[in-house]
Amino acid sequence: MVQALEPLIYEISSAGRVGVNLPVCDVPESPLPTDLLRDSLALPEVSEMQAVRHFVRLSQLNHAIDTGFYPLGSCTMKYNPKINEDVARLAGFAHLHPHTDPAGAQGALAMMHQLQEWLADVSGFAGVSLVPAAGAQGELAGILMIRNYHLDRGDTQRTKILVPNSAHGTNPATVTMAGLDVIELPSDAEGNVDLNALKEACSGDKAQFIAGMMITVPSTLGLFEAHILDVVKTVHDAGGLMYMDGANMNALMGIVKPGQLGFDVMHYNLHKTFSTPHGGGGPGCGAVGVAERLMDFRPGPVVEITEKADGDNAPLYGLVTPSKTIGQLKAFFGNFGMHIRAYAYIRAYGGDGLYDVSRHAVLNANYVRAKLMDTYTIPYPRYCGHEFVLEGHWEDAPTIHALDISKRLMDYGIHPPTNYFPLIVPEALLIEPTETETKQTLDDFIEIMKKIAKEAKTTPELLHDAPHVTPVSRVDEVRAAKELVLCCAPLLKTVE
Amino acid sequence: MSYIPHTEAERQQMLAEIGVTTIEDLFEAVPASHRFPKINIPPALSEMEILAEMQAYAEANEHAGDFALFRGAGAYYHFTPSVVNHMLLRGEFYTAYTPYQPEVSQGTLQVIYEYQSMICALTGLDAANASHYDGATALAEAVTMSMEVTRHKRKKVILSPTVNPQYRAVVRTYHQGGDYKFVGDKGQATMQDLVDMLDENTAMLAISYPNFFGQIDDLKQLAEKVHNMGALLVMVVNPIALGMFKSPGELGADIVVGEGQPLGIPLSYGGPYLGFFATRMEYVRKIAGRVVGETRDKEGRRAFVMTLRPREQDIRRDKATSNICTNQGLMALAACIYMALMGKTGMRKVAELCYHKAHYLADQIDKINGYKVNRDRPFFNEFVVKCPVSVEKINQALIEQGIIGGYSLEKEYPQLKDHALFCVTEMNSKVEMDALVKILGEVK
Repeated sequence: MVQALEPLIYEISSAGRVGVNLPVCDVPESPLPTDLLRDSLALPEVSEMQAVRHFVRLSQLNHAIDTGFYPLGSCTMKYNPKINEDVARLAGFAHLHPHTDPAGAQGALAMMHQLQEWLADVSGFAGVSLVPAAGAQGELAGILMIRNYHLDRGDTQRTKILVPNSAHGTNPATVTMAGLDVIELPSDAEGNVDLNALKEACSGDKAQFIAGMMITVPSTLGLFEAHILDVVKTVHDAGGLMYMDGANMNALMGIVKPGQLGFDVMHYNLHKTFSTPHGGGGPGCGAVGVAERLMDFRPGPVVEITEKADGDNAPLYGLVTPSKTIGQLKAFFGNFGMHIRAYAYIRAYGGDGLYDVSRHAVLNANYVRAKLMDTYTIPYPRYCGHEFVLEGHWEDAPTIHALDISKRLMDYGIHPPTNYFPLIVPEALLIEPTETETKQTLDDFIEIMKKIAKEAKTTPELLHDAPHVTPVSRVDEVRAAKELVLCCAPLLKTVE
Repeated sequence: MSYIPHTEAERQQMLAEIGVTTIEDLFEAVPASHRFPKINIPPALSEMEILAEMQAYAEANEHAGDFALFRGAGAYYHFTPSVVNHMLLRGEFYTAYTPYQPEVSQGTLQVIYEYQSMICALTGLDAANASHYDGATALAEAVTMSMEVTRHKRKKVILSPTVNPQYRAVVRTYHQGGDYKFVGDKGQATMQDLVDMLDENTAMLAISYPNFFGQIDDLKQLAEKVHNMGALLVMVVNPIALGMFKSPGELGADIVVGEGQPLGIPLSYGGPYLGFFATRMEYVRKIAGRVVGETRDKEGRRAFVMTLRPREQDIRRDKATSNICTNQGLMALAACIYMALMGKTGMRKVAELCYHKAHYLADQIDKINGYKVNRDRPFFNEFVVKCPVSVEKINQALIEQGIIGGYSLEKEYPQLKDHALFCVTEMNSKVEMDALVKILGEVK
């Protein structure tokens, strides 16, 4: 048998074992519709303790924020406060059925309404919808709103969305999903959108086809767009709307409000900026904020005050579908559990505290950047936002790639930065420390990065063969894609 | 208190290293006219104040911890073993991100692989992905996949009117930019009517199993008819029902999607939930979202890794057909642990408890003057009741007695005026059901 770190749950299964005690049936049994029933169900049979040990041991194979530094660029891996987990599990939230009459869900609706208001204020928007389940769904919501805004005005030929070449891959995919076309824009030498190329794309007869532009601020290079007001004006003058990808909002709270810069719509990542946990890949929340002219297009339902407060009576909150809504993006009202956590997080900081969050996120990134500047090539000589990109290669270490540096970092107990993104920087390593890391942690990281740079030149095989101390060594991705073993089918047969 | 650890001395050292005097100096690229706006959010609260405020919000809700709940219609109150929550609270799981780096993510990766395996077992299909946002978006992604499988030569999608109304709404939202035609669900089409709509332009037919009214439709010949037209059969399923009813794979389904919330995930006012997605191996390369596969590390040890990545947006960008880039990792973990603990006998037992209790309640309601249970087809744990007065009136009487009654069907199905959809799970005791029946008999 193949060597394994931890057996599969199916490999520790024994026929007849149970992991849970269920009550006896307290009503007379009814006849079962025998011709509709299944003969077998290939689920494992383990005891409760077997299951606990299995999943605890699996958990120990993970690197996580709670176990160590996680400077994964564009993901904002900040500390996830424990109180947020507790409040999300309060019975009145956890056991609240989504089809409860709004009169019986006033606590939930009041909280969501307040969160909508606060998120709108942080970014300077007229209103918010909390519905989108993730950043990518927020993007889809935003682009559909832009599309439908034009259609609603009878402006049917606006089908082009401008997207800079530094954009996250979801941006162009979103445009395609919404049935629109991408026009890719180059970046200039300073890492900004090439303003001339933008003006050219919006000039003369081309303007009438521009539906809008998607842009990330600060950009995926961690840089604040120097000509942002010009960019916004150029697109608006062409009749297009401005979408901001808010993935990097952790650099902006109290620094600038995108709505005040002229953006028409933006998605927030509550699982980045507002500390809701990433959960090993979700759930998240990609709430969207909009300017006045898109209010009626928001994905519904949103929470509104349906009866104003009156004397001693609290206001009555209700779920409302905006009049020209793009429609429903998922069942119910969004990832409510994430709304609770984000609310609690905002409460823990207050307005001034959120400003402090962004200040320190930017301080930490610039500190690491300044200290690594002599060792690594860092493109774009200016201060960064909450993250920065460096090049993971040297002329005198020709066999070393960014991936090797990443894998070697694991040996030092650090999660690698984002690799090979953004695409426009060769051998990119995108580093985002976040504000919750101490100076000591950053100093350790800086020392390790310098040490790895030395190793790259003196003992490159140490990097090529890395990681050495992780639960598994480098895995064979080609084999996985070729053989496509996606479930333990033979084992399923054994437990049937 | 805040979660920012910097001391004043450290801040000064760091600023000196950067070569500036204040943090504000780092924002020179932001237009001066718009820099440093005031955030109008009240000052920070302490942890104990936050807890008190959240408790007040939570206690203002009528929830299944305090009320007897007989409402489902897409979200279900089931028992969750304690182990599930204990494992979900392990920071190693919930504070990790998408397992981009397999060497330090084997825990998350193996969990997803086991989850995929269990979803295959449950659905009777041979490939599953790492999950979608919820059942509704999983169905929207099934439409995308059907279009891909039929090479965009077919534009028609047949939706049964007994697929959850919210799911059908979400499908339309997702595909409003495409040129697909959604048919079948605007009236009261029967299964035969849906079959009659099949033609050579049909990419898929979606039905619900059990359907939105809790019933198990006769599906014996359906797959054959759909396949004869070259279309795909998509089934929207309730995973608890699959503990006892024939697997969709056995019934000929090509894609199976569903809401995984009943598998150990709290109601949580509608989210976060779990959209599971399974298909036949031959279509697996068209699957959206994350997929985990088995492989080996350099020493030949078994390891797991995200695979089928080249079809994703990060490579093909504007050629990608879906923008999904995460899954519902933690919710998939909950479902995985739930199914592991329940195992083959527990899943069957939960399903049968739901079945017996629902039939007991249906029998009791049928005995009340003026109420009639729809028994056209066998049902699982939800059933439709024609009531003598409005559902709103009944529910008002029930809530005063601590009971959350059935779901009113009239808004989404106008022909079902005064009809309620009742839901019963293993959480509903006989005492609760008898109390419900007593009040129903008294409502005038």
